[in-house]
Order: sequence, then C-alpha cells, then structure tokens
Amino acid sequence: MMSKRNLAAAVFLSIIAVIFIFSALLMHPFGVLDASDMDDYVIENTQEETGANNGVTSVVFDYRGFDTLGEATVLFTAVAGVVMIFRRLKHD
Amino acid sequence: MTEMSKIVRTIVAIAFPVSMIYGLYIIAHGHLTPGGGFQGGAVVASACAMILVAFGSKWTINKIKEKNLSVFESVGAVAFIGLAFLGLIFGAIFFNNFLVGNDYLFGVIPAVGSTLADINTAGVLPLMNFAVGLKVIAGLFAIVLVMAHATTSYKEENK
Repeated sequence: MMSKRNLAAAVFLSIIAVIFIFSALLMHPFGVLDASDMDDYVIENTQEETGANNGVTSVVFDYRGFDTLGEATVLFTAVAGVVMIFRRLKHD
Repeated sequence: MTEMSKIVRTIVAIAFPVSMIYGLYIIAHGHLTPGGGFQGGAVVASACAMILVAFGSKWTINKIKEKNLSVFESVGAVAFIGLAFLGLIFGAIFFNNFLVGNDYLFGVIPAVGSTLADINTAGVLPLMNFAVGLKVIAGLFAIVLVMAHATTSYKEENK
C-alpha cells in the first residue's frame, strides 16, 4: 500500500530520472570538436590586439573585463563583511 | 594567537622574503607567464599569513594596522575601475586597452607567434594586474589579520 505522498514522490522522481537519462544520451559526444570560432579568434588576434603574450590574461582583463570587475566586487564585499563582523567583536 | 617557538620564527624569517618575491614576480609578469593579480596576490597574502601565524597577532598588528590594509584595498579597487573608465574616455569603450600601440608605457606589440617575453607590452593589462594584486593582498591579509586579532583573548594577549 502506497500512501499518496509516496506515490507523488515516485512519479516525480521517475519524471526527473527520464529527463536526466535523455539529457545524458543527447549530450555532446566526448572528444568531438565543437564550434571553436571564439577560441580561434582569441588565439589568432590576442597578440596584435592586446599586445600580451599570455592569452589567458588578455581574456581575463581585456576581452572579459566585466567578469574580473565582478570578481573584484565579490572579494571587496567579502572583506567588508568579515572586517565589519570581527571589528565589532573586539570591542565587546 | 600567540607567537610560536624560536625555530619556527627563524625559518619563517628566511622563507618570507622568498615567497614575497615569488608572489610579486607572478603579479609583475601576469601578462607574460601564467598567473596574474589574483594568483600572485594570494601567494603574497599567504606569506603574510605565515608571518602572522609565526609571530602572533599582537606583534603583527603593531607592525601594520587593519585600517591601512582597508585603505590599500580601496586604492586597488579604485585604480582598477579608474583604468576601466580611462578606457571609456580615451577609447570610447569600457575596459578598452587604450595604452597598446604607443611607444613609451607598456605599448610595444610583440610579433605574432611564440616570441621572447618583453615586459614592456600589453597596454593596461600590467597596470590592472598591479591594481588587482594590491587589492587581493590587502583584502586577504585584512581578513586573516582581523580574524586572528578578534579571536585573541585579552588574557592571552597580556601574558
């Protein structure tokens, strides 16, 4: 005898399992090259456009500068929070 | 956090300059070799945390105040965003690499292919690396220093 709750859970989990199995089967095959226009563009043009020999740094600080700005903001927020908490702790 | 034994302090005093130079090298060569501001800053902050563990938080907080570290971090953040806005002013694009192509400051364009490392390249990337490195050093060391200082009891401190 299955309660209603268990029955609903079983149905829900079966749907999730079917979705996962199909997405696993339809995944991009491993080791086969995908479209690589962006990679080729960065590899070919990074030295002329940014003047940097290190392509990773040219992506991080030039092509995707907004991402680094967000990272720096995250770090700033974390430091501000920690300093705020522990500075108050010392004076008690 | 109290100071550790004399053996540990001596070894740390030897190892600290080496790791410091290594981290600053990673920051300064961020546009040539693997690494950059974040990675080199983490190395330097680890060296400073090593000093903190070995010498104790009381000694360290007498050498450098947490308030100064916060100022350094803010200076790094403002320099980073300021360089991005300078790109908006000089090149009409936010985060534009406006220094590349000139002849005096980081403006040399290397030949395409695997070339020898020339530190006078890459436009604003080294300057941004310095800004982010300063920010990461000051930020991470401020976290560690404030935690160590706040969790030190008064009894332990006045021993």
